[in-house]
Amino acid sequence: MNHTLWAEIFVLGVVLTNFRLLASSRLLVLINTMQIQAISLSAIPIALAPSALPFRLVLLAMITLAVKGWILPRLLKRAVQKTNIQREIEPFVRYEFSILLGIILLGLCFYISHRFKTDANLTSHFLLPSALFSLMTGLLIIVSRRKALTQVIGYLTMENGVYLFGAALAIEEPLLVEMGVLLDVFVAVFIMGITIYQINSEFDHIDTDRLSELKD
Amino acid sequence: MLLHIVLIPAALGLIALIVRKRPLGRLLLIAGSIAHGISVFLLALHRNGIPFNEWIGLDATGLLFLSIASILFAAVSFYTILYLSREADQIIQDAVEGFSFVNHPESIFIGCLLLFLSAMSLVCISRNFGLLWVAVEATTLASAPLISFHKHHRSLEATWKYLLICSVGIALALLGNFFLSYAGSGQLHLNVEELTSHAKLLNPLWLKASFIMFLVGYGTKMGLAPMHNWLPDAHSEAPSMVSTLLSGALLNCAFLGILRGHGVLVAAGLRIFSGELLIYFGLLSMAIAAVFIIHQPDYKRMLAYSSIEHMGILSLGIGIGGLAGTGAMLHATCHSLTKGMLFLCSGQLLYIFKTKNAADVQHAFKTLPVTGFLWFAGFLAITGSPPFGLFTSELVIFKGIIENGRWYIAGFYLLFLFIIFIAMAKIVIPMTFGQADQTVELKAKPNDFKEQIWFSGPAAALCAGVLILGLYIPSWLWHLMDQAAQCAGGH
Repeated sequence: MNHTLWAEIFVLGVVLTNFRLLASSRLLVLINTMQIQAISLSAIPIALAPSALPFRLVLLAMITLAVKGWILPRLLKRAVQKTNIQREIEPFVRYEFSILLGIILLGLCFYISHRFKTDANLTSHFLLPSALFSLMTGLLIIVSRRKALTQVIGYLTMENGVYLFGAALAIEEPLLVEMGVLLDVFVAVFIMGITIYQINSEFDHIDTDRLSELKD
Repeated sequence: MLLHIVLIPAALGLIALIVRKRPLGRLLLIAGSIAHGISVFLLALHRNGIPFNEWIGLDATGLLFLSIASILFAAVSFYTILYLSREADQIIQDAVEGFSFVNHPESIFIGCLLLFLSAMSLVCISRNFGLLWVAVEATTLASAPLISFHKHHRSLEATWKYLLICSVGIALALLGNFFLSYAGSGQLHLNVEELTSHAKLLNPLWLKASFIMFLVGYGTKMGLAPMHNWLPDAHSEAPSMVSTLLSGALLNCAFLGILRGHGVLVAAGLRIFSGELLIYFGLLSMAIAAVFIIHQPDYKRMLAYSSIEHMGILSLGIGIGGLAGTGAMLHATCHSLTKGMLFLCSGQLLYIFKTKNAADVQHAFKTLPVTGFLWFAGFLAITGSPPFGLFTSELVIFKGIIENGRWYIAGFYLLFLFIIFIAMAKIVIPMTFGQADQTVELKAKPNDFKEQIWFSGPAAALCAGVLILGLYIPSWLWHLMDQAAQCAGGH
């Protein structure tokens, strides 16, 4: 019981950080929020585990923490400094409206997970809706923001949602695969970071809505 | 032994990235393509002797797609050497807007090409859904720098769309992996053999959910409509040999991800569910491609939409199953060879005529006899005219649909093929045979205007391949394709 309580506190942390991601315009705030989210995220599988912690779980949590909570935020912060862009000024969807959409999405996620709750195997009742909510928040950020950097943060939020799904369904993938997934996410953000530098030096901005020459 | 085909190109690619010496890089590229080709050939000879383990193994589908990738890579590597020696250390003028740009360093390009080959090989041999996912995502990451080889704003735009859309799509496929694992209540490893042999134990609801995620996730990468938006941009902005690999090899690899999922559903007795989804996504892709090919001004985008069409045909063929499944495997082979040849020719056209606008390319047949000839032959082949291989494969798929009794699907299939034939003919015939229009000013310098025959070599070899497949399919090859369709749940 105690374990589940801790897990739910961390899950609450993820949900709240999602709202902060939807609400803030400053890129540094977004990155710090990502960092907090990553820390809560990596704690969840440990909080859910039985009292004897398997070594594999601890190792994975440590690596997730290191990659998502430390290396990636550093990379993104460097991108902010180099491109010298501080805030996302005019998103396609205004911030008040984003939060409102977020609340509606959260309700929707609870409803969907309620419908999908086929068996009691789920580790915690809040996990599945929160996972779905992170996924949706990530997608919302990707489609509603102009800056390439904010879209990367959206991608990471979405990835966190997928990770939470794994925790919610108690999926145990082989260590090799989990490492592979983390490596891929890391390299993806790294290459996106390089592309952002290039976009910045080519256009003097990183607004992706002006990347609109290619179409039919 | 099996892992060599992944490790050799990866090692060579890393050396190319680290050492950054020009002649060495080009040497490594050629060495990598030859070594990969030989390894695949040896694997094909001794296929039955290679044991499967939990992670990797080589089944007929994997072998077929691996061979296609290897052949295309060989053609591309020779073309790339010529291409790089032509473009090295130059300030290049953009063909469309006329500004000047330089390329990214050659070592990065060659290194990423080899890593890309390595990632695609891993996709073909992986027998575990988790590893498959990791490998497919790795193909995206290795190929993104290839698309932005030319340093300018359009290539950056295409790279950004490619990276973001495909990464988001593939994240959904990861969710599909989780659902699949949950469908087995966490008791089963995500190994293809284990899942297919215990398929009846899987929870059907979660299994269906996982297939939808695979279809959307890997379908994004494969260019199935309506998730295809990145594809025309990436294919038209990338250098031509990269377009060749993307269209001919990468799309097949993504398709393999869907096929593995389909195989599990077939084993679980849910063939109708996944088959119907594949059929409808296939028809939709053909329809979207037909709409966008009509009056398409840009000939590289025309080829890209044609790839979407052919991915639709593959999906349709596998969805129908039976004879159509075998036809789809033949189709995948022929499409890759033909599309490779067309993209390589388009690179030549772009270099000589300095435009991607089809209306500005005229009488290519007179100015560039060899490229013009290959371009026209490629057009005939890709639209399924005899005597090329795609004619046979499209006919086999059609026969499969009829045998299945799906008359209205057969009707739509023929309709879309017909529309695309007419639309492409209206673009390609004036390009090849049109009379010289004095008002169109040729932007190339006169001495550029000489055809460089060597550049046509790889394309001509691919053309010969697809012609032979149209005239005669050896029985061992047909047998391999039949097996490949069976592994993919085609029967």
